[in-house]
Parts: sequence; structure tokens; C-alpha cells
Amino acid sequence: MNRKRQIEIWVGVFMAIGFAALFLLAMKISNLGTAYSGELFHVTARFDNIGGLKTKAPVTIAGVEVGRVQEIRYDPDDFRAVVVLGIQGQYLGKIPDDSFANILTAGLLGEQYIGIDPGGSEDMLGEGSEISMTQSALVLEKIIGQFIFGKKKGSGTE
Amino acid sequence: MLNLLGGWGLQALTRLGRAHLLLLPLFRGLTEILRRPSLLVDQLYSVGVLTLLIIGVAGLFVGMVLALQGYNVLSRFGGDTALGFMVAASLVRELGPVLTALLFAGRAGSALTAEIGLMKATEQLSGLEMMAVNPECRVLAPRFFAGLLAVPLLAALFSCLGVLGGWMVGGGLLGVDQAAFWNGMQDGIDFNDDIINGVIKSLVFGFVCTWIAIFQGYDCVPTSEGVSRATTRTVVHSSLAVLGLDFVLTALMFG
Amino acid sequence: MEQSPADNREEPLVRIRGLRFRRGERWIFDGLDIDIPRGGITAIMGPSGTGKTTLLKLIGGQLAPDDGTIEVDGRDVHALSTTGLYRLRMRMGMLFQSGALLTDLSVFDNVAFPLREHTRLTESMIRKLVLLKLEAVGLRGARDLMPAELSGGMARRVALARAIALDPTMIMYDEPFAGQDPISKGVLVQLIRQLNDAADLTSVLVSHDVAEILQIADRVYVISGGRVIESGSPTELAESGGEWTRQFIHGLPDGPVPFHYPAPLLADDLLQGAVC
Ligand SMILES: Nc1ncnc2c1ncn2[C@@H]1O[C@H](COP(=O)(O)OP(=O)(O)O)[C@@H](O)[C@H]1O
Ligand SMILES: [Mg+2]
Repeated sequence: MNRKRQIEIWVGVFMAIGFAALFLLAMKISNLGTAYSGELFHVTARFDNIGGLKTKAPVTIAGVEVGRVQEIRYDPDDFRAVVVLGIQGQYLGKIPDDSFANILTAGLLGEQYIGIDPGGSEDMLGEGSEISMTQSALVLEKIIGQFIFGKKKGSGTE
Repeated sequence: MLNLLGGWGLQALTRLGRAHLLLLPLFRGLTEILRRPSLLVDQLYSVGVLTLLIIGVAGLFVGMVLALQGYNVLSRFGGDTALGFMVAASLVRELGPVLTALLFAGRAGSALTAEIGLMKATEQLSGLEMMAVNPECRVLAPRFFAGLLAVPLLAALFSCLGVLGGWMVGGGLLGVDQAAFWNGMQDGIDFNDDIINGVIKSLVFGFVCTWIAIFQGYDCVPTSEGVSRATTRTVVHSSLAVLGLDFVLTALMFG
Repeated sequence: MEQSPADNREEPLVRIRGLRFRRGERWIFDGLDIDIPRGGITAIMGPSGTGKTTLLKLIGGQLAPDDGTIEVDGRDVHALSTTGLYRLRMRMGMLFQSGALLTDLSVFDNVAFPLREHTRLTESMIRKLVLLKLEAVGLRGARDLMPAELSGGMARRVALARAIALDPTMIMYDEPFAGQDPISKGVLVQLIRQLNDAADLTSVLVSHDVAEILQIADRVYVISGGRVIESGSPTELAESGGEWTRQFIHGLPDGPVPFHYPAPLLADDLLQGAVC
């Protein structure tokens, strides 16, 4: 019976370690632990070009994450991308509605995210409101293309 | 020659059929296990606890190697902040489930086959039948469910210790920024896409490896040579099945 | 135990009629008829490889015959449902040639095994029963040993204790004397007789140990070539002087039961080797 008890203890230890590992995977290694799980409110923004922006990309104000990109779709009526931002409930009514949404890049080749520059309006963004002032992503190829094209043109007229 | 090939194919097919027929009593044995959980506990010891050490050590070292190699590549273009993400992603998505399953097949699967094969060779299984005890429910099913439960837990442990090993080498030895290591990892690894899929993978691998091991033991020729051949077959078939299934699952999940 | 439809003392417990069974191309049994009466020790004798073990497995329902019927207590074994077969097996003990003890359990747990599987007795009741059964085979002191620590004779006695744990109506012994020294043979002979008489068991004993069989059997069947070639009480057999029986009882190497496995003539075989 003693051995039986020992086996039971070891199996208990095994199960505990296993489930602890699963828990750590979820909370420490994946985004589940960092994900904001409270109330969100939704704001849309339209961009001419979103570049490499992906859903779940961070939304920041002054570099502090306040939300995440929830949905990206294309609106065929005005040929623009519609981006739905999920912003943490604590900022409801605290972001002016003339704020400016930029698509920025972390580092030279890093991931793209949305930075919001607060405006000066008295009215605040609420559920379902839209940010009208947006700045599209800087697409590196385009800039390089313009640069090369412009130079070629210059040398061609010479 | 064609005759030989046909005969071989037929044999393989009947064996495949028998393996699938075995699944039914295995799942029927679940009621027996729910009635007496101690059956499962005993098997979890030999299948899980005894495999813990090799899985832990392997996970730690794989993580350390990943960090070394990853750092070499990433630091060339200044991406060493992505080290945490790279280590964790390779572990959680691929190496954790796959290597755990391979080690499990070698450590626990072969032992299962040998044990069941010897029980058959020494008439213990026949003896159970004559005592009106169904060996499929009483002997095979607890081993099967123990394997099914143990492999995902072992794979999770493998990945966790791998990340720990990667962090020790990356943060400690190579001087990668610790906060960047963890933040990059947590931003990059998605719970649904990566963790859940990894767990699903290891569940599938656990199912297949344990099933193969049990079937090979139960179906072996009851002689010492038969048992040894069955043991080898368990390791070979399990490894091939894991690698093949990994490709299919990866294509389905991340493709 | 439950009342059976044919619980008639005159009816044989096991009735085998026209049994045919084959392994591959070879017919192991080809029209076997055997009656095993209740309450006695019936011995089935035959040289190695005649299918004695196979016969016991057929009676226990582990193998299915190609033709013919086996009835135990009036029920056709191979027409039973799985649950019916398992219920029947609870009333049959079988002692395997190797003992077939579960090697990962101690002697005590081995004997307790059928009780724990099939009854809802408390641990203390099980303990009492197990100790009684072990006492019956004289191994109460060995209860904490593991099967690997037992001699062959002891393992067989433990297996015997396990076989009688559920108080079966019938017990089948597969070559209980094979490979035993004379003393353990004597012990086993006595045990089998005692158990049979004390518990009103029906015993089926498969063996080729002539001396022991003649000592304890009430009825003997000699099988060879897939059929019964002689049957009767031991004294009848000894007196009948049948050719087969004489060969068997006196251990003559050749006679109706050939010493050689079927083969071409030796000279042909040897010459063939030389030609090639
Ligand atoms: N699993 C098997 N597959 C094929 N042939 C078998 C098998 N088991 C036994 N046999 C054959 O059946 C015959 C009878 O075997 P068995 O019943 O063990 O004989 P006995 O117990 O009288 O020595 C033997 O000749 C053996 O070759
Ligand atoms: Mg035999």
C-alpha cells in the first residue's frame, strides 16, 4: 500500500506540473496574459492605404497602448480601407474627436501599428464614432519608387 | 513478385483494420476507468511520471540551442529583440509537440508495446479472459487514456522549459534585452492560433503514438522475437506517423 | 450460483459433439466427442501437440470451432453473447500451463484480483477470502512475494488459488505436472484431489503424465490424431491393453503414435541434399 501511495503522489505531481506548464503557456508566453479583457468601445478610421497593418496590431496614444486593431475591411464605395479599433473602456469620452490616426512602423522593418495624436476638440470619441483625419502607411516601395522615378526623369530631361 | 506484394499489402490492410477495430473496446473501457480512476493513475505513473525527466532535459536543451542559433541569425540584421518570439514560436508550434511525441514513442510507447506483448506471450491476457475480465477494457484502455492525457501535458512542459532555456541563454549569456525578449514573445504568440493549435497537435500525436504502441503489443506474435519486432515497429511507425501528421496539421492550421 | 436449465446430476457438465477445428491447413480436431461428468476428475491425455491446450481454450470460448458444438451446463458456449460467455467463465477456473500470474501484482493481489473485479466485497472480506484460498494451497506465508520470486510449482499453486477464488463449478488444469519435481507433483496431485472433493468441483485435467493421471483421474480420454482413441476409468484402460494406450502408458517411442513428425523418407531427404 505504501508503494501505491507513492505512485499517487508522483502522479499528482506530474499532473500539477503539466497543468502549470499549460497555464504558463497561456498566460506568460502567449498574448492571453497581456490581452485587455475588460470593456472595449469601437472607433472606425478610414485609410487610403494601410500598408502591412494587421488585426491585433496595437493602438497607441503617446506610445502607450490603449487598444488593438479589431477588424480591417475594404469599402468598395470610396476605395478605402476601413479599420475598426477596439479601445479600452477607461478611455471612453477622453479622446477628442478631431484626433489624428497614423499608421506607423516600429523600427525600420518592424510591425505596423496605429498611433493616435489627440486633437483639441471639446467633443470626445464614443462608441461607433469615426476618426476623420488619418494618415496612410508609409509604403517603403512607393517612396523608393518615387525616388528612383524622380531621378530617372531628371536624368532623362538632361 | 506481384503475388508477394499483393500478399504484403493485404496483410497491411488487415492489420490496419484490426487496429481500428481495437478503438471501439478502448473507448468502451472509458466507463470502467471512470468507475475506477486508480486504473488510470497507475498507468499515468509509468507513461507520464517516468517520461518527465527526459522530456524536461530535452526541452531545456532544445530551447538553449534555439536561442544560440536564432541569435546568430537574427543579430545579423539587428533583429535580436525578436529572439523570444522566434524561440517560443518554434517550440509552441512545432518542436514541442513533435519532439515530445518522438521522445514519448521511444520512451513510453516502446515500453507499452513490450509490456503488453509480454503479457500476451506469458498468457496473462488469456488468463484475464478466462477470469471473465476483458483485457481490452481492463489492460489496454487505461494505458491508452493515460497516454492520451500525458502527451499534451508533457508537450506543454517541453515548450515551457524550452522557453526557459532560451531565456537563460538569450537573456543571460547573449545579453538580449529581457523586456524585449518577453514582450516580443507575448505580442507574437497568439493564444488561439499558436497555443491551442499546439495543444491540438500534441493531443493528436498522443492519440496516435499510444494507439500504435498498444496495438503493436496486443497484435504481436507472442514470442520473444515477436515482441522485440513489435517494439521496433512501434517506434518506427509512431515516428513516421508523427512527422507525416505534423505536416498535414501544420498545413491545415497555419497554411 | 444461478440455477441452470439443465441442472441435472446425470447430465454431463461438458458435452462435446463432432468438434472440428483447424490451424492453417492442419485439422487439430476432426470429429471429437467427449462427455465430462459432473463432480469428478476427468483426464484428457495425449502426446504433446495433439491440441490439449487448444481443447481447453475451445471449452472456455477463447477459440471458436470450425464445426461441432461444445455445451457447458446445457448451453452452447459459442452461441452465447459476450456477457453470457463472461458470466459462464466466472464459473470456470482455468490453470494455465505457465500459471499466467499477473507479473506486476503480488501473490496476494493476484489471488484478490478476480474478487476485486467481480465482487463488491469489502477489503477486509477480500483479505479473509484470499488468505483462506492461499492457505488451501499452502502458500499463505508467500502472500507478499512477487510472481518472479516464486518457483514454478509455487506459481502454479498460486494460480490455483486464484482459479478457485470465485468458487467455480468447474476447473480446468493445463498440464499441471509438466516440469515439476516429484515432490511438487505429489503436492499438486493431492491438492487437485482435495479441492475436487471438498468443493464438489468438476475438474478437467489435461496432461501426459501417465502415473499421476492414473492415480487421481476418475475417467480418462486418450486423444490422438484429432479423435478420442480410447476412454474409460484408469483401471479399464490399463486392462484393455489397447495398442495406443499401451504405447502411451509404457512410454514406447514408436507405435500407433509416431515418434516422427510426418516427413519424407530419411534416405530421400539426405540424398536430395547431396544432389543439389
Ligand atoms: N497460435 C497458433 N497458431 C498456429 N498453430 C498453433 C497455434 N497454437 C497451437 N498451434 C498448433 O496446434 C497444435 C496443438 O497445440 P496445443 O493445443 O498447444 O498442443 P498441446 O497442448 O497438446 O501440446 C500444435 O501442433 C501447434 O503447432
Ligand atoms: Mg499445451
